[in-house]
Amino acid sequence: MRKFGNKLLSLGLTLGLGLGFTVASADSAKAWEPKKPVEFVIMAGKGGGADKAVRFIQTIIAKNKLSSKPFTPVNKPGGSGAEALVHVKNAKDPDHTIMFTLNSFYTTPLLQPGLGIDIKTFTPVGRMAEDTFLLWVHKDSGITTVDQFVKAAKAKGNGWIMAGTGKNSEDNILTDFLNQAYGLNMKYVPYKGGGRVAKELAGKNADSTVNNPSEQLGFYQAGKTIPIGAFTPKRLPLFPDAPTFKELGKDFVYFMQRTVVGAPGMKKEAAAYYQGLFKKIFDSTEWQGYMKKKSLQGDFLTGDALMSYWLREKEVQKAILIKMGAIK
Amino acid sequence: METLALLLNGFAIAFQPLNLALIIGGCAIGLFIGAMPGLGSVNGVAILLPMTFLVPPTGAIIFLGAIYYGAMYGGAISSIMLGIPGASTAVATTFDGRPMALQGKADKALVAAATASFVGGSVGVVLFTLFAPPLAEIALTFGAPEIFALMLMAFATFVGLGGDDIPKTLFSICIGLVFGAVGLDIISGEPRLIFGGIPGFFHGINFLVLAIGIYGIAEMLWTIEISKGEVMISQATVNFRRIMDTLRELLGTWRMMMMGSFLGYFVGILPAAGATPGSLMAYGVAKTASNNPETYGKGNINGVVAPESANNAASTGAMLPMLTLGIPGSPTTAILLGGMVIWGLEPGPLVFTDHPDFVWGFIASLYVANTFSLLINIAFIPAFIWVLKMPFTILAPIIFILCIVGGFVPTLDMHDVWLMLIFGIVGYLMRKLDYPMAPAVLAIVLGPLAEPALRQSLLISSGSFLIFFTRPFAAVIMALAFILLILPLVKIAFEKYKNPTQAG
Amino acid sequence: MRVAEIVMGVVMGIFSLYLMWKSAELPIGWIPEEGPGGGAWPFWLAAAMLLCCIAIVIRGIKRLTPESRSEELYMDKRTFRVFMLNAGGLTVMIGLFHIVGAYGAIPLFLIFYLRFMGRHSWRLTGAFALVTPIVTFLFFEIALQKTLPKGYTDPWFEPIFAFFY
Repeated sequence: MRKFGNKLLSLGLTLGLGLGFTVASADSAKAWEPKKPVEFVIMAGKGGGADKAVRFIQTIIAKNKLSSKPFTPVNKPGGSGAEALVHVKNAKDPDHTIMFTLNSFYTTPLLQPGLGIDIKTFTPVGRMAEDTFLLWVHKDSGITTVDQFVKAAKAKGNGWIMAGTGKNSEDNILTDFLNQAYGLNMKYVPYKGGGRVAKELAGKNADSTVNNPSEQLGFYQAGKTIPIGAFTPKRLPLFPDAPTFKELGKDFVYFMQRTVVGAPGMKKEAAAYYQGLFKKIFDSTEWQGYMKKKSLQGDFLTGDALMSYWLREKEVQKAILIKMGAIK
Repeated sequence: METLALLLNGFAIAFQPLNLALIIGGCAIGLFIGAMPGLGSVNGVAILLPMTFLVPPTGAIIFLGAIYYGAMYGGAISSIMLGIPGASTAVATTFDGRPMALQGKADKALVAAATASFVGGSVGVVLFTLFAPPLAEIALTFGAPEIFALMLMAFATFVGLGGDDIPKTLFSICIGLVFGAVGLDIISGEPRLIFGGIPGFFHGINFLVLAIGIYGIAEMLWTIEISKGEVMISQATVNFRRIMDTLRELLGTWRMMMMGSFLGYFVGILPAAGATPGSLMAYGVAKTASNNPETYGKGNINGVVAPESANNAASTGAMLPMLTLGIPGSPTTAILLGGMVIWGLEPGPLVFTDHPDFVWGFIASLYVANTFSLLINIAFIPAFIWVLKMPFTILAPIIFILCIVGGFVPTLDMHDVWLMLIFGIVGYLMRKLDYPMAPAVLAIVLGPLAEPALRQSLLISSGSFLIFFTRPFAAVIMALAFILLILPLVKIAFEKYKNPTQAG
Repeated sequence: MRVAEIVMGVVMGIFSLYLMWKSAELPIGWIPEEGPGGGAWPFWLAAAMLLCCIAIVIRGIKRLTPESRSEELYMDKRTFRVFMLNAGGLTVMIGLFHIVGAYGAIPLFLIFYLRFMGRHSWRLTGAFALVTPIVTFLFFEIALQKTLPKGYTDPWFEPIFAFFY
């Protein structure tokens, strides 16, 4: 009880002193550190891949005491990330606002120009990984190669159900690619979230999906689903039997970026702090183990290199969306 | 027999001192989080997830499981004491729990809720222990048509919940469904009803915003008007004898408890359904099957028992697809799933064979957590009763503050708080004209589940409604839904036939 | 009461029309091979709302509901005053969240409510006005790590966070 009293007393003192000196001490010479909990915005809902990654990062920070202030995840899934982008763009305190992004970081501003988002204004912090995509079918279908897949899908015409995560999402882009490249007419049915999509395939309510490895891993290990093709430059170590589409003569590579972005107008010192912090997280054994298990790819990118990566990727996405007819 | 050995081994793990302490701590924390309006098991589990790296994975999931359980018990507390459902799973508990509290039987309602939760949870865990893998297989085959059929059944069970004024009841259902459609339409990928691009509408209208607006603010304004500032609740007392009396009375409701438990458990297993439809359906069935349905909504103890046993059974049920298939049945299990991945466990059919200590330790801990939640809950009842005895001019501003903070916290967006205030004020004005409000709150929960399922089904079938009748599970559920829909009408017609003098 | 019943029906009818108009921004018809369009669900439900409102107004005019037969005032002077004080107090408090933050608005609202509406003693009012924000802070910001809005008082909290972490 006495200890608590002391704590209260010193709280009172710090409060009193703090009120007087906040202005004076704000720009001290010491390296920048967050002064209050950092808002870590997630462009997706609770329980999804991005959400899991952020909560994992949160535990790495806390476990290794990488930051003196906690990072508090905030889910803003609305409007395919539109809500998150607008929120971070208008952040009241850009030095304490960062965001975990997906490919909707590029596509949502392109599809909804009315939002007035220019990704060039955001502060590059660090690319943590690139997630990969594979083409999956149910094991009971007997299909093991892309050729068999094409034959079966052709035979069923538009009765062949491809489940995905939403209109104009990554899954939709890949489905359109397959339809065009192989002259198919698969029907794209959107569901909420990659986990649900994976389950629809395992429960035979869909004929094929283009899930991330992490979403299908459980069903794959249980012998329910198998990958038959990979949208990567090289075969994935976890699925050595799934050839890349490049090998099959269709030059198509597609990634899902998992990047930490700072709010526009973040101070240089603050940006440097977060860049250093996320480099440490990336190098931690926990994150490296996570990447290996989830079959995530990519090196750490930051600063100008990350910015030019964004601008390059944005053009790629734009070209794809124009080809799909989603934008002009 | 093998299952029994594994379960006993699990109990040995659950009773290790550290794990036991985690269970008790988790139940107590969960109870408080669940009792706050606006905070439910999702928040509790999500917030405490990063803390769990301090203990081994088995301890971690035991802790989170205990929080989940505690929060499910706690949800009933704010439903009964304040009339504000803390989470969507506890909506049905307000229907009869609140009237009981107003009649000075708050202690009775709380004991009933806790006991029913205990029974529901226990039945759920037993079913879980016995039939985990085969049920998981069935749950897996449930696609969009089955889910839509299930939602239709949920709607069918509560058609009778509204008031006597049919246009007003229908209006309430429709407005809830329309509000549920706000946000992003996932099928077409287009934003919908965002009222000129207000960013706060992108994430849709959260169930809690409407529920707290209506049950918190509107009901408070209404109570203030009616009570004219006096204390509303007749002074409830609580003592050992009254608790024992209540328990004796509860023996008579065992059929309701069993019905709620089984129904809740099976609905809970289904991916994407979760505990909310389960508890609503249990309430609807209890009322439909009752000999005197008119006593429901006026403080019938069965109206507390049925949904509470169902939502706890359902929360156990929702863990089944999570563990065995890696599919979350509810947002809370989605986060538990994330936790398992963080601790280095891959959920799926192999988890039972690869990590038996983890799985069975967890299952056994659910039995233990259930018992402790009951004990902690009953121990705190006098404290809750004491809160109710505060003068209304103190209680009212505290509840208002709880509502506002509770409306803000889930999304950390002031937009939702303003929306809640508007719902509260308009809801109050409509309440005065006898518009029933519960249907709107239920519709906003079920609408966003039903509509995508309907459209996904029609996409799959190229626009043919036959898909709901050609698939065996969907057809059976559809048939049940129609029976439930027609049953109350038949009953009314039958009674009119029996007593023609009373008709009209 | 009777007037209020009819006015409410008309207002909600207009609101239904507005919702229908907004829903129609997306296709509301049947798309062959696909089922209903993106706006169909809210549009037709809003249309059903409109029908209900028409029924409510007609029943109101025909005096078929208890409300439309009631001679009582919808809100007498005293009710109106209480309603304005409560709803107004809430509105002001939420508005203050943006300016002085949660920890400024909560004590102000408690002082207003306990002292001026409840006529409790200054001692009790003061105790609640002091303890509630502290408990709120400890529970939400420290235990649950959920940041509440602080408005212009934001910098004052930096030393408090420095103390806790």
